Amino acid sequence: MRSTPAPAGTRDASRPARVTGTPRPAGLRKRWLAAGVLAVLVALVAGVSLGPVSLPPGSVAAELLNLLPGVRLDSGLTEREIAIVTELRLPRVVLGLLVGGMLALAGGCYQGVFRNPLADPYLLGVAAGAGFAVTAVITLGGVGAGGALTGMPVTIPLAAFVGSLGAVALTYLLGAAGGRDRSPATLILAGVAVSAFLAAGQTYLLQRHSDSIQQVYSWLLGRLGTAGWGDVRLILPYFVLTTVVVLLHRRELDVLSVGDDEASGLGLHPQRSRYLLIAAASLGTAAAVSASGLIGFVGIIVPHTVRLLAGSSHRVILPLSLLFGAAFLALTDVVARTAAAPAEIPIGVVTALLGGPFFVLVLRTARRVFP
Amino acid sequence: MQVRGLHVRLGGAVILAGVDLTVAPGEWVTVIGPNGAGKSTLLRAVGGLLPAPGAVSLFGTPSGALRRRERARVVATVAQSPVVPAGMSVFDYVLLGRTPYIAPLGRESAADLAVVHDVLDRLDLTGFHGRELATLSGGERQRVFLARALAQGATLLLLDEPTSALDIGHQQEVLELVDQLRRTHGLTVLATMHDLSVAGEYADRMVLLADGRVVAAGPPDQVLTEELLSRHYRARVRVVPGDHGPLVVPSRPGPPRH
Repeated sequence: MRSTPAPAGTRDASRPARVTGTPRPAGLRKRWLAAGVLAVLVALVAGVSLGPVSLPPGSVAAELLNLLPGVRLDSGLTEREIAIVTELRLPRVVLGLLVGGMLALAGGCYQGVFRNPLADPYLLGVAAGAGFAVTAVITLGGVGAGGALTGMPVTIPLAAFVGSLGAVALTYLLGAAGGRDRSPATLILAGVAVSAFLAAGQTYLLQRHSDSIQQVYSWLLGRLGTAGWGDVRLILPYFVLTTVVVLLHRRELDVLSVGDDEASGLGLHPQRSRYLLIAAASLGTAAAVSASGLIGFVGIIVPHTVRLLAGSSHRVILPLSLLFGAAFLALTDVVARTAAAPAEIPIGVVTALLGGPFFVLVLRTARRVFP
Repeated sequence: MQVRGLHVRLGGAVILAGVDLTVAPGEWVTVIGPNGAGKSTLLRAVGGLLPAPGAVSLFGTPSGALRRRERARVVATVAQSPVVPAGMSVFDYVLLGRTPYIAPLGRESAADLAVVHDVLDRLDLTGFHGRELATLSGGERQRVFLARALAQGATLLLLDEPTSALDIGHQQEVLELVDQLRRTHGLTVLATMHDLSVAGEYADRMVLLADGRVVAAGPPDQVLTEELLSRHYRARVRVVPGDHGPLVVPSRPGPPRH
């Protein structure tokens, strides 16, 4: 111990610190950011190139660059191939990127907010709410072409969106019924109760209308198949809003990791931050679900991989989850539509097939990551 | 720091029933009392973690009038067993102490980093900066918890059982460190402790809390008496004079063993 220390902890550190080594705060290192951006670009080109008609990746890359203002390259693609790129595959790949990024970001956010490694974006009832609402409109209404419902003024995406947010709102209300002492655990339990209730309702409806089961399941298992630019435009505002809110709070999530009492002692309003983050992540998840159905495991696989490889600070986990989640889902979609071509495997099945074994790995390492 | 008529009810039970307490700047006051006496609750109320309308004032300002961030700049708490975030380095943990100075949604400045370097240097933790907090020993961790509180730049330090998880050597090391920081930094210390002898050696004044009330307060030799301790702890003890305060020795009932 040094014998004559001067006052520390003052705002302007008057005395230069003696630094050995160069400790830096946890943060996103450039090489990881570059790797994330590269993964998204690879997924983008691969996603657009591969399919029933395979296109040369170089030409696809040139055609994608042509979409940028002021760029005019000769890709060597025919008119028809250009149409395949810009009107068929690109919107699907972009939707995959947005949904994957959103689910992984929301998953990383939930895991931080609840300090629980198994939290996923569907924790508070998003999946059950969307599932119930979609089942209800399909079984009670009947669906026409393109997801438009006959005899009802709603579409499947709208039903999924409203159902998701309704379920999360119900979870909030139930969790808040615990009074001042409500804890993250209370909210999780409320989510379990709401999910179970809605799942029961959904099962009842399916039993009563067994002719709709295939239609409901094809939605439940997730798909990017019918994606057009309209779907992208629909979820883009929510994607931007959620991303901005969550990424701005990435340091606060690190402070929340020391517990509510300590976070309060450090000047935070843990409850307020938690609810804001949950609201933002739920909104983004609801938008993703409305566009693509229920795609499991992305929200768990991706943040945990990032945590294991790049570091456990939310300053690292959240931005990298966004990038790698986007790349992961876009690449998974390539598998989903090429592995059993010409048939498509539901993308939710592919993510779960990859997610199951990965889950075991997470469980084996979770004790180290979350003691 | 002043507490006047502090009442706290939790879950319908009265935890504190009209506690008065004053701690002068630079003073070390230790609150003792049996389990369930309300010691931790008192600290939580002083630290602003429990509502205590009108009862607590910090350096002349009612605690309730301070915004959370303002309060965090004058009071720093080291909890009894702070959460150790998985994978967090010592440097990042101590940097959390700068939170009240970092704009909401902002990031730390060079000055914040300099304070952290400075605090790590003072507490002989510079060599540990890259280590994961979870991999440190109990004594090292306690130093890191103190470093985080110091980085807050607060003048009132609340220590809830700061040495309960430490062996006798590390207890002394940590308490000597706190005492040294108190003298050199002009810190005011309000602590709770179970080890009465150790508590008496370091505190300027002691407060004995029982059933949510202050039943004795004053210098250690007035509070650590056989009569008060046996009455409120329901324990048989002997109190013998020591170099830095009375030493409390538990004494088993019954005839002596030969």
